[in-house]
Amino acid sequence: MIMQKSQKIAGFKENMTILKMEKLCKNYYLGSVELRVLREINLTITSGEYVAIMGPSGSGKSTLLNMIGCLDRPTSGDYQLGGQSVSELNDDQLSMIRGTRIGFIFQSFNLISQLNVIENIQVPMYYQGFTEHESAEKALELAEMVGLGHRVEHRPSELSGGQQQRVAIARALANDPLIILADEPTGNLDSTSGSEILDILNRLHEQGKTLIAVTHDEGIAAGAERVIRLFDGCIDKEEYNKR
Amino acid sequence: MFLFRLKRILKLGIKSLWMHRLRSTLTALGIIFGVSSVIAMLAIGEGASRDAQAKIAQLGSQNIIIKTAKPTEDQSALGQQQTLTEYGLTYADADRFRDAIPDVQVIVPNRRFPHQAQYRTRRVKVEVIGTVPWYPEISNVQVKLGRFLGDIDMQYKEGICVVDEKLVNDLFAFDDPIGQSLKIASDYYRVVGVSTEKTSTTTSSNTEEKDATGATKAGANLGGIYIPLTTVKNRFGETTMQMSNSSGRTLERIELQEIIVKVFDIDQVLDTRKSVETLLKRYHKKTDYEIVVPLELMRQAKDFQRIFTIVLGSIAAISLLVGGIGIMNIMLATVSERTREIGIRRALGAKKRDIIFQFLSETLILTLFGGILGIVLGSLIPYLVTYYGSMPTVITGSSLTLAFGISAAVGIIFGLYPAYRAANMDPIESLRHE
Ligand SMILES: Nc1ncnc2c1ncn2[C@@H]1O[C@H](COP(=O)(O)OP(=O)(O)O)[C@@H](O)[C@H]1O
Ligand SMILES: [Mg+2]
Repeated sequence: MIMQKSQKIAGFKENMTILKMEKLCKNYYLGSVELRVLREINLTITSGEYVAIMGPSGSGKSTLLNMIGCLDRPTSGDYQLGGQSVSELNDDQLSMIRGTRIGFIFQSFNLISQLNVIENIQVPMYYQGFTEHESAEKALELAEMVGLGHRVEHRPSELSGGQQQRVAIARALANDPLIILADEPTGNLDSTSGSEILDILNRLHEQGKTLIAVTHDEGIAAGAERVIRLFDGCIDKEEYNKR
Repeated sequence: MFLFRLKRILKLGIKSLWMHRLRSTLTALGIIFGVSSVIAMLAIGEGASRDAQAKIAQLGSQNIIIKTAKPTEDQSALGQQQTLTEYGLTYADADRFRDAIPDVQVIVPNRRFPHQAQYRTRRVKVEVIGTVPWYPEISNVQVKLGRFLGDIDMQYKEGICVVDEKLVNDLFAFDDPIGQSLKIASDYYRVVGVSTEKTSTTTSSNTEEKDATGATKAGANLGGIYIPLTTVKNRFGETTMQMSNSSGRTLERIELQEIIVKVFDIDQVLDTRKSVETLLKRYHKKTDYEIVVPLELMRQAKDFQRIFTIVLGSIAAISLLVGGIGIMNIMLATVSERTREIGIRRALGAKKRDIIFQFLSETLILTLFGGILGIVLGSLIPYLVTYYGSMPTVITGSSLTLAFGISAAVGIIFGLYPAYRAANMDPIESLRHE
């Protein structure tokens, strides 16, 4: 299965390129008005990297992240993920990639309200054909990993924001993705919960996960290896943090 | 794998529906009523049809019933202030049928008229049936106690009678009727037998058929008393005299109220009917008779039943359609309400068809749930109709399968569009949705 293959890629070949964008553009059309949200983005990310994307509001950070996560298709340019050109893929194949190679973490958590913690973590595995037993076992493991082993029966509405975001992280890890994408993961959280989330992200990075986080939070940016600054749809600056 | 997915989808669907219990129930009501009305209407239709068929079958499919009917009065006759009209079937007609028609097995001439009967101090209105000993051959009347009229009774114009079970109930209560005497007009008749309830020569379910004479119409719900035809002739006269219903002045004179011709084989019924009609036309100036052919009635009843079923079925189908539209409406609302959930699922790897199955299964669960409740309710209604409305109903297996099939079809048809809408929403747009 693809999942296992991607694990191998992520695990054994350190420092290989997993993501490459060339002259990637994204336009939106509002009536006859053309809105150039991303302009000729060139970006290469190697496995195990921790990248922060920063920039003013409306500069195209979320759009770029959605593009990386295969939620959206570029208007022009090339995007290769794990050696595969995304623009050639059909809707089902994109779903497959999102389900197996990408883990999403959103600003507003985006848990499914009628499902409890375990069931929320199970959702991505469900679409990859795990049995109930397998997925429940793994979901419990992940819940424990993010420190919510005692809350597995709770509904999202019964959890604090920080706890909800931890469930979302567990869910993002469910299918052992190639890349974890986080769009302002601490944006809706107070500083205490926010730093808890940062700790978890840092830990994931230490375990060798590839992380891309959109953020306004200089704390996240400081923890990242590379900071990409977007301005008006262009990469304005790229900095490497010294360790 | 497939079963696991199915189980998972069903579980999810039930969970979502359960979250909106009231809404789901109200939505399912449309299907519940639709399905139950299909079943109830078909059951009532089927019951009425079988009832009509049974009543007609009682008249005998090999029989041709010729009844006296009052001719439509022409204006000149009204003006003349007639005091006596003579019309109807005659003994001569019966003789002619016997002599001229080849396939006749039996001919039964009957006199039928209502009269007062008295036993001890009790009096009830009865229908007097002056008939012949072979009457049971053309009807399904059976002798329960004692015997039917005999040839000797005919020959000697005996003052005896056979009463039917209804009359036994009306008149004798707890006395054993056999051997008792009852009084009609000024004469006494000894009861020699008890028969099953007489069959009415009218079929209530058929609209085209009118009652032939006032006598039979009045006699429809009365207890029956069979007296030898010869005795009736002897004691009541050769003809029945009665006041006309329309103007009290006019006296009517009728020889025979009814002649029943039975042929050997069902195939001979229609030809014989033609011969009967030809004979009657030749000897009767006015159309003072009516020919009833149970076989034809049976066919008409079947045609009528078919139309009835189509009409009822269409009404029920429309109500199901309305129910289906209600479901679609709710599912569209559900889809737009859960736009964000759809976006999340798509981001987490759900394919379009996963989303389609999710929402389609919700609709299906809703309609099948409605279908099952509808079947329960639909089976209960005919039962109540029979119990309280004393109308026959028959629930057929095919109507149950039909109703269930329709509800499943409604689920799929009206669920597809909302599910399709859900699956084709843009993931990013859905994720932004508040
Ligand atoms: N679906 C869309 N249609 C039109 N404009 C859009 C759409 N999505 C994003 N935009 C526009 O693209 C720009 C970048 O949006 P976004 O990537 O969300 O910015 P950021 O996340 O950096 O704040 C904004 O000006 C936004 O209005
Ligand atoms: Mg944003």
